Amino acid sequence: MSRDATGFALSVLNQFAGSSLADKFGLRKLIETISYSSTKKGFQAVGLASRQFKAVNKLLNPARLTAPKQGNNLFDLNISDEQKMIRENVQRFSTEVIRPISAEANDACKTAQDIFLQAQTLGLIYCSIPESLGGAAAQRSQMTNALITEDLAYGDMGTAISLMAPIGVASAISQWGSAEQQGKYLPTFLDDDSPVASIAVNEPTPLFDPYDLKTTAKVIGNSYVLNGVKSLVPVGLNSELYLVAAKVIEDNQETEQAVFIVESSTLGLSVKEDNSMGIRASSLARLKLDNVEVNKAQRLGLDKEFSYQAFVDNSRLGWCSLAIGTCQAILDYVIPYCNERVAFGEPISQRQSVAFMISDMKIDLESMRMLTLRAVSRAENGLNFQKEAFLAKVMCAEKAMNIATNGVQLLGGHGFTKEHPVERWYRDLRVIGLAEGGIHL
Amino acid sequence: MNLETPKKFSALINQAYQVANEVFRPISRKYDNAEHSYPKELDMLAAVMDGMNDGDIHGGAGAGKLSKDKTRQSEGIKNGTNMSTVLGLTELCWGDVGLALSLPRQGLGNAAIAAVANEEQLVRFKNTWASMAITEPGAGSDSANISTTAKEDGDHYILNGEKIFVTSGERSDAVVVWATLDKALGKAAIKSFVVEKGTPGMEVSRLEHKLGIKASDTATINFCDCRVPKENLLGNPEVDVKKGFGGVMETFDNTRPVVASMAVGLARAALEKTKELLSGSLDQATAKNSYASPINNASYVDAELYRMEADLEAARLLTLKAAWMADNGLPNSMDASIAKAKAGRTCNYITLKCIELCSSVGYSELELLEKWGRDSKILDIFEGTQQIQLLIIARRLLNKTSAELK
Repeated sequence: MSRDATGFALSVLNQFAGSSLADKFGLRKLIETISYSSTKKGFQAVGLASRQFKAVNKLLNPARLTAPKQGNNLFDLNISDEQKMIRENVQRFSTEVIRPISAEANDACKTAQDIFLQAQTLGLIYCSIPESLGGAAAQRSQMTNALITEDLAYGDMGTAISLMAPIGVASAISQWGSAEQQGKYLPTFLDDDSPVASIAVNEPTPLFDPYDLKTTAKVIGNSYVLNGVKSLVPVGLNSELYLVAAKVIEDNQETEQAVFIVESSTLGLSVKEDNSMGIRASSLARLKLDNVEVNKAQRLGLDKEFSYQAFVDNSRLGWCSLAIGTCQAILDYVIPYCNERVAFGEPISQRQSVAFMISDMKIDLESMRMLTLRAVSRAENGLNFQKEAFLAKVMCAEKAMNIATNGVQLLGGHGFTKEHPVERWYRDLRVIGLAEGGIHL
Repeated sequence: MNLETPKKFSALINQAYQVANEVFRPISRKYDNAEHSYPKELDMLAAVMDGMNDGDIHGGAGAGKLSKDKTRQSEGIKNGTNMSTVLGLTELCWGDVGLALSLPRQGLGNAAIAAVANEEQLVRFKNTWASMAITEPGAGSDSANISTTAKEDGDHYILNGEKIFVTSGERSDAVVVWATLDKALGKAAIKSFVVEKGTPGMEVSRLEHKLGIKASDTATINFCDCRVPKENLLGNPEVDVKKGFGGVMETFDNTRPVVASMAVGLARAALEKTKELLSGSLDQATAKNSYASPINNASYVDAELYRMEADLEAARLLTLKAAWMADNGLPNSMDASIAKAKAGRTCNYITLKCIELCSSVGYSELELLEKWGRDSKILDIFEGTQQIQLLIIARRLLNKTSAELK
C-alpha cells in the first residue's frame, strides 16, 4: 500500500526525531517549530471559499529579517546543518511522493489537494515567516528557499511551482510588507487552511519585459485602480491572494513599477485557465484586472525599503532553482538509461558521442548552479545581487533548454513518447527563458 | 555558504594585478614578436614573486606551492594555497599568459613536486624552477602510453626517450619527467623523475614556433642514457598495479584549476577591453536598465556580452570551487575537469568573439585582442584537452573504466 498523507507526516517526524544531526546539535528552533506544526496540522481540505483576511496580529513595526551570521569571510560551499536536515526531508518527499504522481499531475493540470496537505507537514513556509509572527525564521532564508525549490523541482517542476507560489508570497510580504500587511496576511499562512497565493508579473505579450508593464495602477484618491491582464499565474484559479505587478500612473504620468496585494474577493478580478506547453501541474491561469480598486495601503513596501528590482530578481532566482532541480532529474535519468541501453553490441554510454553529451550536461548544470548559488547567497547576505541574478537567469535559460533537448535526444524515439518523463521535462524547461514572477525566494 | 572572494586575499590579488598591469602589459607585444628571447624583466620580478610567496603563509600567486591538504588538523573550512594560487594567476594572466608561464620557480613542474614529493624532496627542490615533461611525439592525451623508460641501475635510474612541448623547458632549472619503469606493467609503472639541468644525457634539442604564448619557451628534450639519482623519483617507487596511475595523475587535480584560472584571467581581459572599445555603441554600458530587462529584449551585441559574462562567471566560480575542494582535502578530480573544460572553452570562445565584435580593431596588432585570441587556444589544450576533460567527467558520471569508455 502506498504511503498516504498521515503516513508521510509520521515518517517525516520520525526522520526528525531519529536524525543524528538533531542529536548532535540539539533540535534547533526551526526544526522544533516544524515538528510541532506537523503534529498539530489536521488533514482537512483547504477551504476554497473566498476568504476574509483580518488583522490578527497588530504590529507596530514590520518584522524584518536580517542576514544570517557569517562566521568568517571564507569562501565556503557548505550549507548549514539545519539546511541539510530540511533538504533530506524535501528530497525524500520529492522522490517518494511527488515524482510518482508527476505524470498524473501533468495530465490533470493541477496539483492534487493531497499533495498540498502532505507538503504542509514539511512546514516549509515557516522558513519564510518571522518568529515574531509565529513562523520560524530568525534570519533571511533565500538560500533555504532556493534549495527547497530545487529539491521539489527534482520531483516535478509544475508541482514545485504550485507548492512554492504561496511561500513566495509570504516571503515577499516578510521582506517588504508594512506592519499592517504583515499582521494581516502572514499569520494566515500558518493556519491549518493556509491560503493559496501567487505572484502575477507576466503579461500575454511577445518580448514581455517586467520593466515595461502594460498593467497599470492609476492613483485615484486614496486608492489604486488596476487594469490589465496577467499571465503565467500559477495556481491562479484557486489563489485567494495575489501579488500583482503594475505600472503606477499618477497625474497621467507613468512613474515606477510597483506591486499590489490583491485579495481574490476584490471586485473586477477574474481568472481564466491558461494551460500551457509545460509546468501543467502548476495550473497556470490568466488574471484579468478590470478597474480593480485597492486601498493605497495594499501597495507592497510603502517605504523606501521596497525594491522592484530585488522583487523581480528573487523571482528569477526561483526559476533558476527550478531549472537546476529539473536538470538534475534529467541527468540522473539519462545516466542509467544510457548505461543500460545497448546498441551495436555495447551500452550506448560507451560511445563518445553519447558520453560527451552527458559531460556537457553536467558542466552546464554545475555552471547554472554556481551562478545561482552566488546570487542567492548575495541576496541573503544583503549585498547587491542584480547583476548576479541576471547572469544566473541568462545561464539557466540557455543551458536548461539544452539539457532538456539533449535529455530527449539521448533516449531517441523512446524519449519522444510519454513512456519516459524526459518529454515532460523538455516542455517544462522551455519556460525558464520566458518566466517572470510566479514564485519568489 | 559564501561565494565571495575572501578579504584576506585582497593584498595578494592586488599585488598580482600590479605585476600584470605594470610589468606584463607594457612588454606583452614585445615578447610576442620576439619569440624565444628571454624576457629579462622577469628576473627582477622573480625575486618579487618569491618575496610574495615567502611572505604569505597561504602561498603566493604562482603554482609553486600547490598541494592537497591530506592531513587536515582542524575541523574548520580552509581557503589555502590552491585558492590563493588560482586567484593570483587569474590576475597575472589578465596581464599576459605567456609571461605568467615564464615566471621562474612557478612552473607546473613545481606543482607536480608539491603534489607527489615526500618531505625530504620538498625541502631539496624548494628553490628549483621545474618544468613538466609528459608529452611525447607518439603520446599526448594518451599519457598512459608514454614510452620514455627509466631503468634501475645501482643508485640511479637511466632515462631514455624524447619529450616534447615542455613549457619553460629551456629556461627551467630542472624537468619533471614522466617515464615508465616497465611498460609491460601498464600505467601503474609510470613514475615522475626530477632531472636537473646539466645532467649528462639530457639535451634541449629544439624550441617550437607557436600560434600564441610566444613569450613562453616550449622545448623538445632528449634523454639518452641519462642517469638520474634514485632519490629523484618523486613519491613512492613501488609499482602498485591496483592504485594504477593515481600517484602521478594526482598532480592534475591541482594543476587543472590553475590552468582554468589562467583562462579566466585571459577571458576577463578580452571582455573588459571589448566593452571599453564598444562603449558608446552599447546599451549595456550606459542604459539604466542594464542587467534588468530580459536578454531577449537586448541588442545582439548586448546579449552576446551578457552571455559571455555569464559564461566567464561560471568558469570563475567553478574554478574557485575546484580549488576550494583541493584546499579542504575533498576529492576533486571531476570538479577540476569541469572547471578546466568550462574555462578552456569559454576563454577560447570569448577571445575569438571579442575580436569579431571589435572588427578590424580587434584583428589588428595595434590592440592585444588578436594576440589574446591566439594565446587562448593553448588553454583548451594543455594539462588535458577539452576532450580529455569530457572523457574524465563522463567516466566518473557513468562509472566507466578507461577501457570501457575510450
